Amino acid sequence: MVGNRLNKETAHQILMAVDDPELAGVSIVDLGMIDQVDVTSSGEIFVRLIPTFTGCPALDFIERQVVQVLKQQGFTRIDVAFSFDIPWSTTRITKKGIASLRQNGIAVPTTPDEDFNWEVNCPYCESLFTSVDNLFGPTACRSILYCHHCKNPFEAMKPIHS
Amino acid sequence: MTIIHTAEEAAKNAEYKNVVTQLLYQLADDDFIVAFRGSEWLGLAPHIEADVAYSSITQNTMGHAAYFYQLLEELGQGPKNKLAHERSANERRNATYLEIKNGDGEYDQDPYYDWALAVIRGFFYETFKRVRLQMLKNCSYVPLTHAANRMLAEQTYHLAYWKMWVNQLQSSSATAKQKLDTRIQEAWNECLDLLQLGDQQEKMIVYQLMPEESLIEKQWIHELSKTLVQVPDRPLQKVFSGRKGEHTKDLEQAIDTLSEVYRLEEHAVW
Repeated sequence: MVGNRLNKETAHQILMAVDDPELAGVSIVDLGMIDQVDVTSSGEIFVRLIPTFTGCPALDFIERQVVQVLKQQGFTRIDVAFSFDIPWSTTRITKKGIASLRQNGIAVPTTPDEDFNWEVNCPYCESLFTSVDNLFGPTACRSILYCHHCKNPFEAMKPIHS
Repeated sequence: MTIIHTAEEAAKNAEYKNVVTQLLYQLADDDFIVAFRGSEWLGLAPHIEADVAYSSITQNTMGHAAYFYQLLEELGQGPKNKLAHERSANERRNATYLEIKNGDGEYDQDPYYDWALAVIRGFFYETFKRVRLQMLKNCSYVPLTHAANRMLAEQTYHLAYWKMWVNQLQSSSATAKQKLDTRIQEAWNECLDLLQLGDQQEKMIVYQLMPEESLIEKQWIHELSKTLVQVPDRPLQKVFSGRKGEHTKDLEQAIDTLSEVYRLEEHAVW
């Protein structure tokens, strides 16, 4: 790969290839996990990622994947780390991310208000007639819900309220 | 107030570095032992939803401990895995109330654990953790303010979960109320060291890392009283001072168990 292709924009494109290991087809870019990407004039790349939840066990795996795809695309000096300086929240998920999550049966709820009220549409039938079964789900960032309209259980990204 | 932005900056003042290090050991060791005792409930919680919830909380709490050990690593205390696994009981700074076994028996042999203890300890600890994190949000060590902000967002769920159990059980049967009360009285006899800051408390105040212990206690009891029907009307007590490295045999059992796999092959890469 020629040197001038190794810039910030191409790096972002490359990172689109890294999916969350527990959410096939949903890239870490669309989940809003990229804090910073910097490429120096000498071609060294710095990537700062934001974990969804601090205790997420997939972090090491994601870090390795990022290094791997950047290597494959010609970067040689790579510095990847997780930054805990800013909290992740569901508002960081892109439109494309919301659509890909829905295809996995995972809804993205509205941002909670001050009283921690939030709404969520069923990812299958879009009904708002849903309820939370368990705030805690299969991963730290997901909750388990039920749709009373189409009678399907589904998951939602756990809303973050700071 | 002098704001310290990084570990490198902290290293320029040996006294400051020592004080922030002592505080971080309390934060890390508290979350670590709480997460370990929580992990011993896996598969034993009263129902499947509780099992999913408790293990999720536990996993995230272990993440918080790892993050605090990471901050200690940056301050030159050694690799975080070593800090978690290789320190003996008398080097640990967690509150002793947090290390007590979950009940009678062992995890792999007749675990007659007590859910009332899990509920009261979870509620008491998470309430305290929230008070402490809110204080740390504005402390002088910037990496710790970032940690506090992030953890407060996540920890909302941990605290809400135990509050729900307390609320449900308080309005339940006479047996439930009596079991909760026994554990509340027990906590009152043991958990004073949770609210204490150890040998460096005065320096922690001088360097604007934490406020005085009496304020922590006042805030904590105020928060408890929003949920508990009855807060004991007597002074808090303690048996040991975990912040000074005094611990029970239960902590030794915990360290032996949790580091067993680590000690088999210390340099294994996962």
